[in-house]
Amino acid sequence: MMNYFPDEVLEHVFDFITCHKDRNSVSLVCKSWHRIERYSRRRVFIGNCYSISPERLIARFPGVKSLTLKGKPHFADFNLVPYDWGGFVYPWIKVLAETGIGLEELRLKRMVVSDESLELISKTFVNFQSLVLVSCDGFSADGLAAIAANCRFLRELDLQENEVDDHRGHWLSCFPESCTSLVSLNFACLKGEVNLGALERLVSRSPNLKSLRLNRSVPLDTLQKLLMRAPQLVDLGIGSYVHDPSSEASNKLKHAIQRCKSIMSLSGFLEVAPRCMSAIYPICGNLTTLNLSYAPGIHGNKLTKLIQHCRKLQRLWILDCIGDKGLGVVASTCKELQELRVFPSDPFGAGNDAVTEEGLVLVSAGCPKLNSLLYFCQQMTNAALITVAKNCPNFIRFRLCILDPVRPDPVTNQPLDEGFGAIVQSCKRLKRLSLSGLLTDQVFLYIGMYAEQLEMLSIAFAADSDKGMLYVLNGCKKLRKLEIRDCPFGNAALLEDVGKYETMRSLWMSSCEVTLGGCKTVAEMMPSLNVEIINESDQTEFNLDDGQKVDKMYLYRTLVGHRKDAPESVWILGDLTRSEHHEPSLNDMIQDMKLKNVSGDDDFIIWESNNFKLQGNFSVYGYNPFIFFFHPVVGLGVVASSCKELQELRVFPSAVFGAGNDVVTEEGLIRR
Amino acid sequence: MEVGLKMALKGGGGGDHVGGCEKEKMGFEETELRLGLPGGGGEGGEVVRKRGFSETVDLKLNLSSKQDTSGIDPIDEKVTGLNKEKNLLLSAIDPAKPPAKAQVVGWPPVRSFRKNMLAAGSQKSSSDESSGEKVAFVKVSMDGAPYLRKVDLRMYTSYHQLSDALAKMFSSFTIGNCGSQGVKDFMNESKLMDLLNGSDYVPTYEDKDGDWMLVGDVPWEMFVESCKRLRIMKGTEAIGLAPKAVEKCKKRS
Repeated sequence: MMNYFPDEVLEHVFDFITCHKDRNSVSLVCKSWHRIERYSRRRVFIGNCYSISPERLIARFPGVKSLTLKGKPHFADFNLVPYDWGGFVYPWIKVLAETGIGLEELRLKRMVVSDESLELISKTFVNFQSLVLVSCDGFSADGLAAIAANCRFLRELDLQENEVDDHRGHWLSCFPESCTSLVSLNFACLKGEVNLGALERLVSRSPNLKSLRLNRSVPLDTLQKLLMRAPQLVDLGIGSYVHDPSSEASNKLKHAIQRCKSIMSLSGFLEVAPRCMSAIYPICGNLTTLNLSYAPGIHGNKLTKLIQHCRKLQRLWILDCIGDKGLGVVASTCKELQELRVFPSDPFGAGNDAVTEEGLVLVSAGCPKLNSLLYFCQQMTNAALITVAKNCPNFIRFRLCILDPVRPDPVTNQPLDEGFGAIVQSCKRLKRLSLSGLLTDQVFLYIGMYAEQLEMLSIAFAADSDKGMLYVLNGCKKLRKLEIRDCPFGNAALLEDVGKYETMRSLWMSSCEVTLGGCKTVAEMMPSLNVEIINESDQTEFNLDDGQKVDKMYLYRTLVGHRKDAPESVWILGDLTRSEHHEPSLNDMIQDMKLKNVSGDDDFIIWESNNFKLQGNFSVYGYNPFIFFFHPVVGLGVVASSCKELQELRVFPSAVFGAGNDVVTEEGLIRR
Repeated sequence: MEVGLKMALKGGGGGDHVGGCEKEKMGFEETELRLGLPGGGGEGGEVVRKRGFSETVDLKLNLSSKQDTSGIDPIDEKVTGLNKEKNLLLSAIDPAKPPAKAQVVGWPPVRSFRKNMLAAGSQKSSSDESSGEKVAFVKVSMDGAPYLRKVDLRMYTSYHQLSDALAKMFSSFTIGNCGSQGVKDFMNESKLMDLLNGSDYVPTYEDKDGDWMLVGDVPWEMFVESCKRLRIMKGTEAIGLAPKAVEKCKKRS
């Protein structure tokens, strides 16, 4: 059947399939589809840089042009991971450079990016076009200068929330006069000054520039000049916005802004004089995205007046100084709202202006399309959550952070189990959930029962016993990432079903009850997991007794064994004498099978998950594809004992460990 | 919806026990999701293992979290003693007046980058917001005094208030009248000459041009804008300044 079309036709068809998940599925249909897909794959997403190696990536996808890599675990954002934990991009760049890959696009999140890496990128990949760095660190303005100077066809330089050492801000001047290809330039996170003249000239010669986000140091008159030169902008991030509304400069700015009829996304206002917001009103009617979460200077009436002009808003990021009343204005104005993020303007203080459950209820009532929420608040009630669940059944992401993490419902003094239970029961498409407030095991029972699509769960200061974690591990079949801190989950929960962790990207547990012995057991039972213990205290204090509680444990599936770049504070458990490539358990298992030919490939691809589906009769003729889902310990043994007539065995990748759009390149390598 | 759910759960009570002979019955079902109440009565024998928020605060900040039980246990009796530690912390919380936040590492979960940006921003904006204009601290010296003082001219709205404040500041040094009457009387030519001939003190100031002027000639706002420093000098030394003031008085009258 599959032979009807020549390869080129199939490749052309596959070009239309861009989503990672779909391409993964395509590669599972049969051998020839696997081959065609593999050679035509241009974009690869790797959710954990330590799950696979650059060599294996290139071996499978020699035509890769765009690479996305993520490094540190999510809780690194909150100072729970040592700064030198890992996530270095240099080894990847080095291998890609040495094997002649024509890299065009690199997107990194929570990785350590050295100036050396940036220089190597800029000098090696002649067609390099796009660099997106999110929450990265390790580089300075020198690295940016190399990118600017050497990447002749650069289209995108997007720096989001990175810690950059930019005391020498000459990098902007390094864009040569011949560089006219910029589409997106975002340097809002840089703290230092930039060469304003160079910036103006750069914008002037970039006719395709659609996205420009400035940092704090860019003053108003420069902003006005830039807008005059780039009225085609779609996305604008304002640096400094301080002016006297009655001045000439302000009039010029108003005129310049009005010319920008395409702006749909507005952010920044890192320095702001709130009296001047009226100059922005003319473009507010077109805005679909508004991010004021770095502008504490805009609040009260000024803020609500601004929002009242934004009737088409789909995404809104603000600070909690908007207050419940302000959220009421959002509710009555922004009927198209899909995503709302309310950040704390004062993370440590009592926050008089902070929002409560009232604001959230108002928004849920006024914005029925709401599907993504991040909400930092003083308090929450079960009644409010139940109402929100009824009003907005479409949540895909629901992250609630009550500033006092164990606060109960202040009206009833009950835990918030029922409220969150209502959310998971009503929102059938929920993929990401973060909990807070006083919570017992009950909420986890609800999550396990109802959150069928849940992929990521964040838990802190919750639950009463191991049961909480067990409900989740048993119930959430699509779980990929689980991160837990300060909960009473111990070895019993951790060890209940270690095979489950191979179906997930990672598990983080800190300040829980798991012990060194429990973690060691996981590592011994599951060779395809790296089990890392992070211990930042003085080495001599941490005794090696198995009963010792582990402060931080991070485990993740991997096909390349223990990483070699871990710092002293990180111990990787398990048999350290084991080689990087896994021992062929397949050979051991199939001793008594009359196998003549175990697939034609050098590499086998085995996916291991909890679900296993066996074909009773194995046809050995033609190209019948077999798709097996094995439990790592049980599955092959079952095949071996029940299928005595087996002559040919082909094992193909399942739907990526049964978990969706995650890593594609993870392959279990088993030699014949 | 939730009512139905609750009833089902309550009806299933007792299915959750792990102790004793119930365990044999569980068997395979143990890992299945059950509808029994997790807080079932048989949990008294379970090991207390939870580390609540209060303990975390204790560990990280060495604060004592032991407080007197208020006698009010607002949470349902079925909740085990495990939650009592949380209650101890909670009962002390008065919603009307949030307690001082103890800082636990990584809580609230806000990216460091964002925290740093907001901290940097608020330092700058708070000074902008408070007065709308710059504060105007100027040095005040008084002849013969062992040390200088500083005043914020924006704190006052008239010469009267300023001279009162100066009088209070230097009250231990002055003998003469440097206060309210003295300033006003500069407008009165004759009184001025009396003052200047006396041993009283006279307030003078250095303006933007670097000239030393007598306090009181110009409107208050203009004075605040132009004053760089104040000097309270002896009347006899102020004679050199007086002619300007006297001339101005003459022009006015």
